[in-house]
Amino acid sequence: MAERERRLTPPFGGVFIPRSEVMNASDLRRAIKRIGHEIVERNHGLDDVVLVGLQTGGLPLTSRIGHTLVEIEGVEVPMGALDVALYRDDIGLRPVLPEAVTEIDFDMNGKVVVLVDDVLFTGRTVRAALDALHAYGRPRAVQLAVMIDRGHRELPIRPDYVGKNLPTRRDEMVNVHADGVDIGEVRKEDR
Amino acid sequence: MKHLLSIDDLGGESGIEEVLRVTDRFVEVSARDIPKVPALRGYTVAWLFYEDSTRTRLSFETAAKRLSADTMNFSVSSSSVNKGESLRDTVETIAAMGVDAIVVRHKSAGVPWQIARWIDASVINAGDGSHEHPTQALLDAYTIRHHFGSLEGRHIAIVGDSKHSRVARSNVKAFTALGAEVTLVGPQTLLPPSLEGWPVNVSHDLDAVLPTVDVCYLLRMQRERMTEALVPSLREYHTYYGLDGARAARMAKGSIIMHPGPMNRGVEITADVAGLDNAVITEQVANGVAVRMAVLFLLLGSGVDVIGSQS
Repeated sequence: MAERERRLTPPFGGVFIPRSEVMNASDLRRAIKRIGHEIVERNHGLDDVVLVGLQTGGLPLTSRIGHTLVEIEGVEVPMGALDVALYRDDIGLRPVLPEAVTEIDFDMNGKVVVLVDDVLFTGRTVRAALDALHAYGRPRAVQLAVMIDRGHRELPIRPDYVGKNLPTRRDEMVNVHADGVDIGEVRKEDR
Repeated sequence: MKHLLSIDDLGGESGIEEVLRVTDRFVEVSARDIPKVPALRGYTVAWLFYEDSTRTRLSFETAAKRLSADTMNFSVSSSSVNKGESLRDTVETIAAMGVDAIVVRHKSAGVPWQIARWIDASVINAGDGSHEHPTQALLDAYTIRHHFGSLEGRHIAIVGDSKHSRVARSNVKAFTALGAEVTLVGPQTLLPPSLEGWPVNVSHDLDAVLPTVDVCYLLRMQRERMTEALVPSLREYHTYYGLDGARAARMAKGSIIMHPGPMNRGVEITADVAGLDNAVITEQVANGVAVRMAVLFLLLGSGVDVIGSQS
């Protein structure tokens, strides 16, 4: 789930009701494999490539892409986690809490950073992530890998690697999990 | 939660744990190459310190700056207070300039509550007389939690002048809420006159208590608040209640020594003990910045009211 969507689910709001499956476990596996190959192809190998997953939805994907890269090139790329809560532009507009810890224990200067997230929606999380990366160094380039691009961008941001383009309504919700991808909506809990 | 006036505002264990959990994140922020995040950009925090302070004030200032908040400094000694301006007028003047939070320290108990009634901004109590000092208690709880994983079942001795100590009062509340067992140690004259309703043990014998504790928390002898001779002499106090090398050697393995600062070396603690590996006094200061970042963020920026039920 993208950041904005997660805000609607517990502890802040309602529950996610899946309507239909848009990718199954095999689709997901193939998409991850393709993204792995695209990363290697685009960067002519894996020299200086590092993966940074966005907390919390991007982390499982990051480690799976990392495994794929080992299978393809036999290289273990450094992997990190980034929490962008404190960099968001909607602090004060909606509840924001630091979700999980940022862990980047490698030097980012001169590296090609591939940001990884599950769902790309408005682009605001990615904007915050670009801001947050500055605190750790100056990457040579930043690329963006997402499993689902669901449209409705509010900022001039585009992904470099996409698992699936999925046209959605604004009020729908997309959930990426280990065994596939579901689309559905949030039902508000009566409190 | 709008104000942090007392540990009670956090509504017990869950609220305190929440602050400590958020503090973990800010410890990580503080460890970065560029330890600054834009979370409170556009917010203004003012300091209103009617009493001297080094670490609390600098700690709050560092915390606010790492969150990108603007800070306004107010030093009583060079202000219109000297021309006879009342507390209320001073506070309303600062509030009229549009501050989002005021951090208050005052020699009289209850002043932060009074200020919270006058203005709309968030008020944080940075020490009111002998009453409360909630952020100190939070940073102490965080430091102990960092060393032992949790406070549950730990035995903490608070040694010295708990009668005049706001640190002791807030710490007892926070430590016991988190499940620790607290023993106040000191001569009768330095213990609060009534301990009714305090969930603590009392001892007058430091040497008997010392081998059983996980944390030896030394309080500063507050000479500025002592209006009568409560101990015959500082030297006698040191003989019975000062932590020196010989006493520190009798502490259990893995136990730690804490002090809120500023230290009176040679009174409640000797210089060699302050330098021991298990004396975590500078660690407390470092954690203080992260705890205060968490408090400022939770009060001003998070929009999440996960803690506290009273305000």
